[in-house]
Amino acid sequence: METSLFNYLLHLGDNALILGHRNSEWCGHGPVLEQDIALTNIALDLIGQARLFYQYAAALKGGPVTEDSLAYFRDVYDFRNCLLVEQPNGDWAHTVLRQFFFSSYQYDLYTALQHSADTQIGSIAAKALKEVTYHLRWSGEWVVRLGDGTGESKDRMRAAINDLWMFTGELFKPAPYEKTLLANGISVPAEPLKGEWEGRLQKIFEEADLEIPPAPAFQSGGKTGAHSEYLGYILAELQFLQRAYPGSTW
Amino acid sequence: MIKQRPHIDSSSDPDSTGAATQRVMQLLEGVPDPEVPVLNIIDLGIVREIELIPPAGVIVVITPTYTGCPAMDVISMNIRMTLGSNGYAPVDIRTTLSPPWTTEWMSEAAKQKLEAFGIAPPNSAQSVCHLDLFQAEEAVRCPRCHSYHTGLISRFGSTACKALYRCNDCKESFDYFKCH
Repeated sequence: METSLFNYLLHLGDNALILGHRNSEWCGHGPVLEQDIALTNIALDLIGQARLFYQYAAALKGGPVTEDSLAYFRDVYDFRNCLLVEQPNGDWAHTVLRQFFFSSYQYDLYTALQHSADTQIGSIAAKALKEVTYHLRWSGEWVVRLGDGTGESKDRMRAAINDLWMFTGELFKPAPYEKTLLANGISVPAEPLKGEWEGRLQKIFEEADLEIPPAPAFQSGGKTGAHSEYLGYILAELQFLQRAYPGSTW
Repeated sequence: MIKQRPHIDSSSDPDSTGAATQRVMQLLEGVPDPEVPVLNIIDLGIVREIELIPPAGVIVVITPTYTGCPAMDVISMNIRMTLGSNGYAPVDIRTTLSPPWTTEWMSEAAKQKLEAFGIAPPNSAQSVCHLDLFQAEEAVRCPRCHSYHTGLISRFGSTACKALYRCNDCKESFDYFKCH
């Protein structure tokens, strides 16, 4: 049970850290200043969530493990994030669609996790839910704006859907640690989350004049450590300083 | 609705009137929010509990406004320095997440200070905390000329807790302490 809880906390934290890091790559490169600031704010919220999950995981593990050692000294195979969040930023359409897919999942996940039998997870979820509401509205508006925008913006949004769709199935495919914790009421069942997610997707894609792909969303593996090639490059940048100068501080 | 005053465990107060704990409160009123320095941490409503541990120790429980708020470490350090330099030891600072902070924890005095500083305070009845797309905040008042003829520029601003607005009358842009 304790190993499952530790893995689940890493999974929740890694999802937030890796997407936060991806978004932070936009810092200084946003299409306009306000949207650059929006993405870096979202990145900050996500990294804040990651810290809370890592702090809890570190306390559970005890000994020399800290939130920093969890972020900086684990290798690719020890990361438990889903494949969606590590996908490259691509163009603006890819970035906002990835955020929309993920925030829409996280919104229902945190809504349900507020009532987790683990009160610390419940507190983190309740705290973060308000931030996720902002992320979901912001990214949903962009999906509509691009999908129902110009010919160019619609083409780009369609290309993003084509590239990212295959990674969405993993969000609702429980890893072994999620199944174990479900029995204790700590994690939450995936099926209702999937229903909510699909319902919202349908509504927003309709408004955006976009089609949901008929293809199955088949890619998975990230939750148990089998990642795409991209995660290694992310970690090389994210972890470089602590690997080169262990324990250095501001 | 204001939820603001911290819970004070007066059973730990050597003075039955709670004066010793009030003194800690007064000292904490001297600790500013590093990102919005016109507010102190009591105004902001992030101090949840104060408990004295005789002879000179004190526990202060604080809560973050946003999970990623980078000011929390600086705030903890400033609490430690303020109380430490006034003879309190040990100073134990703890963090709680529950119940989550909302703008309702901010005092009325704090809202007035914000407006005087040039930041529109959060509206008392929040209207846009739900999911519907393309919502507009109702009537945010310009802190400079007090016009309600204003519009949203960006939902995200210079810090996690603020959005960026523009006044259509005096033409100045301003920060709005947003719905949370």
